Amino acid sequence: MIDFVPLWTLILGFAVFLYVLLDGFDLGVGILYGFAPGKDARNLVMNSIAPIWDGNETWLVLGIIGLLAAFPLAFSIIIPAVYFPILVMLLALVFRGTAFEFRFRDAEHRTFWDHAFNYGSAVATFSQGVVLGAFIQGFAVEGRQFTGSSFDCFTPFSLFTGVALLFGYGLLGAGWLILKTEGELQAWARAWGFRCFIGVGVAVAIVSIWTPLADPEIATRWFSWPNIAFLAPVPIVTAALAVWEWRALRGTAEVSPFIAAICLFAMSYRGVAISRFPMIVPHHFTLWEAASAPSTQAFLAVGTLFLLPIILMYTGWSYWVFRGKVRADIGYH
Amino acid sequence: MDFDALLLSRLQFVWVIAWHILLPAFTVGLASFIAILEGLHLVTGKPVYFRLSGFWTKLFAVSFGMGVVSGIVMPFQFGTNWSRFSDATADVISPMLAYEGLMAFFLESAFLGVLLFGRNLVPRWAHFVAALMVAVGTLFSSFWILSTNSWMQTPAGYRMENGRFIPEDWFAIVFNPSFPYRLAHTVTGFYVTTGFVVISVAAYYMRRGRFIEEARTMFSMTLWLLTVLVPLQIFLGDAHGLNTREYQPAKLAAIEAHWETGSRVPLVLFAIPDQEAETNHLEISVPVLGSLILAHDANGTIQGLKDFPKQDRAPVIFPFFAFRLMLGLGLIMLVMVVFSWWLRVKRDLFITEWYLRACQYCAPIGFVAVLAGWVTTETGRQPWTVYGLMRTAESVTPSLSTFDVVLSLLGYMVVYLIMYPAGGLMMARIVKRGPADQHRDEVESGRPHGPVDALPLAEGARERVR
Repeated sequence: MIDFVPLWTLILGFAVFLYVLLDGFDLGVGILYGFAPGKDARNLVMNSIAPIWDGNETWLVLGIIGLLAAFPLAFSIIIPAVYFPILVMLLALVFRGTAFEFRFRDAEHRTFWDHAFNYGSAVATFSQGVVLGAFIQGFAVEGRQFTGSSFDCFTPFSLFTGVALLFGYGLLGAGWLILKTEGELQAWARAWGFRCFIGVGVAVAIVSIWTPLADPEIATRWFSWPNIAFLAPVPIVTAALAVWEWRALRGTAEVSPFIAAICLFAMSYRGVAISRFPMIVPHHFTLWEAASAPSTQAFLAVGTLFLLPIILMYTGWSYWVFRGKVRADIGYH
Repeated sequence: MDFDALLLSRLQFVWVIAWHILLPAFTVGLASFIAILEGLHLVTGKPVYFRLSGFWTKLFAVSFGMGVVSGIVMPFQFGTNWSRFSDATADVISPMLAYEGLMAFFLESAFLGVLLFGRNLVPRWAHFVAALMVAVGTLFSSFWILSTNSWMQTPAGYRMENGRFIPEDWFAIVFNPSFPYRLAHTVTGFYVTTGFVVISVAAYYMRRGRFIEEARTMFSMTLWLLTVLVPLQIFLGDAHGLNTREYQPAKLAAIEAHWETGSRVPLVLFAIPDQEAETNHLEISVPVLGSLILAHDANGTIQGLKDFPKQDRAPVIFPFFAFRLMLGLGLIMLVMVVFSWWLRVKRDLFITEWYLRACQYCAPIGFVAVLAGWVTTETGRQPWTVYGLMRTAESVTPSLSTFDVVLSLLGYMVVYLIMYPAGGLMMARIVKRGPADQHRDEVESGRPHGPVDALPLAEGARERVR
């Protein structure tokens, strides 16, 4: 029997990363929306993601069902453990998602829907950051069940990663806006991008020091010989990317800020993966122990390998249809 | 009855899914209807079809957006509140849920952007293809989610290993015994629901003398569709019932409030079922008709509830009354359709005030019927999540406290009680503005000012936007 676990680790890792990037930039756009200068700017900012946001959020569904399908044991331990961050995220996403439609239809309550979009995006992001922090720290497990309390996930560390992700998504969102806007609005996005970038830099540095101090397992993984030699490129490349992002945000580049932000996310994502591999439920279950039956993984792999490229193709097409700068006047060819 | 984490989790699931199901009940039918209108416009070139598809697309945009956000909530429920169920059944049901995501959600969301915002960005045929893809997406979604639900009702193709369900035969799992019936019955129900909304809106315009051409076109067209669909739905419901008798006899007994096993059983029209005393009060029934309808044979045997241990019985009053409500609404729908034939023959279809008024009031009829049908099938399955194999009480997440679920249920209640009335209000406004109002919304090429500037604003709102 073929071992499907490496394949599913890759597919799920890819799906979750794509979600973080895609919904990351449109949640980030929602966070920056609150700082947009005036009504026209807000229209443009929201407009830049209106045709694509629900496609982006679909990756969240795929990520969570992918986890259920490939590693059901991890799903049934981790999701109860982050009961409240998930709840808050879902409720925030409800507000944020409906605000796209309602803001324009419900003029009497325009301000309410503006806030729904802005705070909805920020609260959803913060909750995802808490989930990330709780995952890095690990959960109380007995047998095949989570046995802690639903409030265990709120720790200083997870609250910190929640704030950190606000800066991270803000950076991605600013990168997207620099790509999609021009003139004053672009300069505004650039300025906010830089602020978020500083926040991201500080947060990544603090997390990189905090986690090995708090978790000896992670410290050994990174700092024992010969790991330290193999893994040294990770922080070095990250630092180089940070320099690139700094210069891109300070200069006039339109594409680089977004690309550099994506690369920074990719490196941070790898950092978490390296710290935890091969555990999917930290300290308790490996990817192989949490995996579903081989027949389940095989049945789904067949369709996924066939459908995923098609999905990427027509998702790409819908981005292509709405390419170019988003402008206030009509005439958008 | 204890208000513990189990009961509250069940109430929470009822709450989030009952609100969610209203949206697919509307959008599955509407997506197909829009695709038909776009197709008719492509073939005949008549502008009325284009105006209608534009109008319904606006309503679709609002309801689909709400469907997406209330739908994202659903897969998380499996994890947050039903983790033991997830752990036990994931190997079997998760690929079906994943295929729903892969085949349906991406198809819908990618082509929805083009359907909503791409009217003048892509050629007309490509716009029709986008409408068609969205419609196909909603049908794929129905296929997989109903297959999953059906497997929980009539599990097949698995073996048990350490209390977990392991897949053996995927064809048997996907096409489990109740699936074809449930799929046909539910999708037809969704189409009928949309149909009654369409004729309600059309009747509203005709009674006010507005948008007469559009209103008559969709009224007549939809009543022809309902002429086929409503009788078909009654036939499918009957076939679904026969299937339930074979595979879920305890559920059928609960639906019919039959306590004793027997042949030539009566049809209970009304009763107050008494779970404790194992009998009905105030029963009104027709002799022999029960066997005739449920088994298609006057001497057919129908199993009674007393054949099943007390702890394996559904709470009879829920499936019993919900089923009667659904059936009653189905009969009203049939009467409405039959009247339309008679009025067509008399050539009075568009001008009979009492009929138009009745049609207008029928807007919610399909939604109530869908909810009633869902209550029938889901409470009738109790006390099991996987029928006969896994109890609801053994499915809940063990780490949850009562307080946790009180908080989350309150959260969902508050948010949904803001969102749904707001959404209903938006849709009522779109209907009020009507289909012929497109010149104001015309976008020369491509993207409107705001995401939904292509859609009508509230009165006076446009001035305030600028």
